[in-house]
Amino acid sequence: MSVFDQQATRKPPISQIGAVLWLKTNLFSSWVNTGLTAASLYLLYLIFPPLLDWMFFNASFSFGTINFFGFEIKFSEEMATNKNCGRVGACWPYIYEKLYMYTYGFYPRTETWRPNTVFALTALLFVIIPLVKNYKYKNRVILSLIIFYPIVSFVLISGGFGVLTVVETHLWGGLLLTLVIASVGIIVSFPIGVLLALGRQSELRIIKLFSTIFIEFVRAVPLITILFMASFVLPLFLEPGNNSIDKLLRALIGIALFQAAYFAEVIRGGLQAIPRGQYEAADAIGLSYFQKNALIVLPQALKISIPNIVGSSISLFKDTTLVLIIGLMDMLAMVGLTTADPYWLGRETEGYVFVTIVMWVMLYSMSRYSKKLELRFNTENQN
Amino acid sequence: MSTNKNKKNIIEISQLNKWYGEFHALKNIDLKVKEGEIIVVCGPSGSGKSTLIRCVNFLEKFQEGSILVSGTELTDDAQKIRKIRSEVSMVFQHFNLFPHLTIVDNLTLAPIWVHNETKREAREKALKLLDRVGIKDQAEKYPNQLSGGQQQRVAIARSLCTNPKIMLFDEPTSALDPEMISEVLDVMVELAKEGITMICVTHEMGFARKVANRIIFMDDGQIVEENDPENFFNNAESDRLQLFLNQILTH
Repeated sequence: MSVFDQQATRKPPISQIGAVLWLKTNLFSSWVNTGLTAASLYLLYLIFPPLLDWMFFNASFSFGTINFFGFEIKFSEEMATNKNCGRVGACWPYIYEKLYMYTYGFYPRTETWRPNTVFALTALLFVIIPLVKNYKYKNRVILSLIIFYPIVSFVLISGGFGVLTVVETHLWGGLLLTLVIASVGIIVSFPIGVLLALGRQSELRIIKLFSTIFIEFVRAVPLITILFMASFVLPLFLEPGNNSIDKLLRALIGIALFQAAYFAEVIRGGLQAIPRGQYEAADAIGLSYFQKNALIVLPQALKISIPNIVGSSISLFKDTTLVLIIGLMDMLAMVGLTTADPYWLGRETEGYVFVTIVMWVMLYSMSRYSKKLELRFNTENQN
Repeated sequence: MSTNKNKKNIIEISQLNKWYGEFHALKNIDLKVKEGEIIVVCGPSGSGKSTLIRCVNFLEKFQEGSILVSGTELTDDAQKIRKIRSEVSMVFQHFNLFPHLTIVDNLTLAPIWVHNETKREAREKALKLLDRVGIKDQAEKYPNQLSGGQQQRVAIARSLCTNPKIMLFDEPTSALDPEMISEVLDVMVELAKEGITMICVTHEMGFARKVANRIIFMDDGQIVEENDPENFFNNAESDRLQLFLNQILTH
């Protein structure tokens, strides 16, 4: 009998790895691709130099002297005005002066520590959750955060509790309002979406019918219609003169219901990807309907749906800018509002570019975060 | 076998009929299983053998006839079904482990949530069972990190966790690589020796010959023949069984 000899493994040939190979396979693999690469480079050449000129090289950074957390940073003798900024480059002092409006809207200047605390808490949340990952009672910590964080945030921002004076919602604006609408929209709609998704899969006819009708109705209507309904039509049905339901609250309810329908469809996709064997195994070991969904089906279905859930959330985040139609002053609405100031006429471009950058930073972070979550929860394919 | 003679029936199936839409999947099935009995069900694919054992823990609904499991009749009543499912456990062809839970969590799920055991108790028992099926060292891994044979042994351990009186095996070795079949069969043989009631749908005739008290041959939704292993293999009464045996035993 011959002896089975295992051959030694070796590295791939040197011509098959490295940067040159990458360039060759990705950018210059054929004449067509080489042409496309050249065209793309030309396009970038057309766009980027003028953009950089406008944003940086011809732009005015004459902010005067800035007090940055107690440090005096001197940019120029005095702040530039709309006139001496010129029209060739961006006038960033406009953004600097209107930064308060972009961030808080008409929120009283004396009370800004309150939204600031909420911003800080939010940042802290992202620090705490990974830290307690291996802690024994992590579920309890995370659950209590989920319950208390929104309450604390709401009390801080809207006030009316102890020393906190009431700040009416029509004073909220800018990034603060954008974040409030987006996060309330996403957080409130998510459980409703899960229930609707389960409802649509339910064996109980009435629940299934209700869920399907709700989802299909809401998805067939544009968000802007729902906002109009919530803002202008709904009060007509309520008692005349009784404006007890706040305008922001009405918009939030509309947005949450709208988003719930989208989440429901995204989660339904995840539910359908779970093999029947998982349901059967859960049934066979005697789990109840609720346990089966909470312990077996949803954890897997939600995990599969993470990319789509985040995608849908990003959509909603962007759609929150529509609230300016019903007179809520979110970050985008601030562009129009601040450039209506006679002193800063005609600086819309700077405003839109600024809002774009802020939005992009937030949404790109969200998308990266979802990528991280996906990797962390991926127990299926790790070997 | 003689020890089973005086024991009472733990499963009583009478005049069971089941349809999938228009398709008549089970036809007038009568079957009584005694406590501690090992029954092997075989037959060509589509003969209704999986459907039959899936009716026993009500994974499949049936339209006519009755099934009694340790005295309780199977009906739509969710309470009763859960009670029966806590006594009857099932091992599936494709293991159906929960991929998002570690091996040990797969095992402790039912004891904790269905049988109200404490986490510690459940975990201890789970580790003991994993030791018994020979994969204690994999307890903290996830199912997809294990080989098919290991996964099926975990599935067997999971179904043992709730101290079932009856175990149903639905082609437990059909999805396995040939190299891994014997490790699963070994575990099943061990179980058979311990007096747990087993109904196995399988094509492993060596296993059937070795441990079964009775072998049932099904075709076309009916029980064609049932006999003890000796007579089953050597004195087939019907030509249908003889044909089947010729087909599976000649290779």
